[in-house]
Amino acid sequence: MLHIVNKSATERSSLESCLRLATKGSAVLLIEDAVYAATKGGAAAAKIQAAQADLKIYALGPDLAARGMAGRVLDGVNVVDYGGFVDLVAEHSNCQSWL
Amino acid sequence: MQFGILVNEGPYNHQASDSAYLFARTAIEKGHKVPRIFFYHDGVNNSTRMAEPPQDDRNVTARWSKLAEEHGIDLVVCVAAALRRGIKDELLAPGFRISGLGQLVEMGIQYDRLVTFGD
Amino acid sequence: MSDMDMEDDGSGIVKKFMFLNRKAPHGTVYALEGLEVVLITAAFDQDVSLVFTDDGVYQLMKGIDTKGIEVKDFSKTYRALEGYDIEKLYVDRTSMEARGLTEDDLIVDVTVMSDDEMKNLMAEQDVVISF
Repeated sequence: MLHIVNKSATERSSLESCLRLATKGSAVLLIEDAVYAATKGGAAAAKIQAAQADLKIYALGPDLAARGMAGRVLDGVNVVDYGGFVDLVAEHSNCQSWL
Repeated sequence: MQFGILVNEGPYNHQASDSAYLFARTAIEKGHKVPRIFFYHDGVNNSTRMAEPPQDDRNVTARWSKLAEEHGIDLVVCVAAALRRGIKDELLAPGFRISGLGQLVEMGIQYDRLVTFGD
Repeated sequence: MSDMDMEDDGSGIVKKFMFLNRKAPHGTVYALEGLEVVLITAAFDQDVSLVFTDDGVYQLMKGIDTKGIEVKDFSKTYRALEGYDIEKLYVDRTSMEARGLTEDDLIVDVTVMSDDEMKNLMAEQDVVISF
């Protein structure tokens, strides 16, 4: 399953709930304000790093770049463009947006 | 593969409709089909031709209309959500139509994936 | 509701639809308009699961009285869901307990699920829509 999170982890609980309820082996794609969670030194960095043991974490490159965060991405987070976003949706049998 | 897209927020206030547009356009470029996009909640505000953004900004509504015309996408605006917010047939931009929530459920039943963009 | 009972997309396909309610009522419109989608989906004879997690649990509070804010009290609709053949109502235990609530505080009978049960339920769905 592909989980899509679009909220800043320091403002809303969506990322935390997603990481709690995603099954092992699932993919999590961070888009819009959620991409801050995938960057070094942020409050959510430790949660993302811990989650990488069981989940594949992706972040949308254009959203990182638009926020000045392209150079601060955590190790192990896969940066994808919109083409990669489409591929992730196609590759997983279902998807869920944590609105 | 056939993708259905659900847009739950209005233009400009939130990035959701921009993300949905870029996803739809890219999916089509990659050879997938996007037969229908459904607009719900404040997402119905994507459909009004009365919007006039500044010249140096993107025109979200016109962009949807153009994508729909080029690729035969059915842009469906939920009737109940639209009436609540003053969106009527005579205000719709080209390519949009007003219909019921059944059109959204059909996307879930018939297409391979349903991707939601919202707040 | 006789019109809705006859909805059919003609395909005969039955998919598993999960509606994930994560938001409190009234502060935003999502809970109310989300419920409309749930009812229509059931009218298409789909396999509907309704899940309440995070602040969505607050939608099910007993004793909701909206007269003072002059908006519709749609919490009664949850008690009518059985009439639409919507019987799979699940509450996330972690979210419920984090809000100091128990099943006795809720307006309808629900199945309370652990994190692992919730994970498995979500993973087996065809379509997940979050409101």
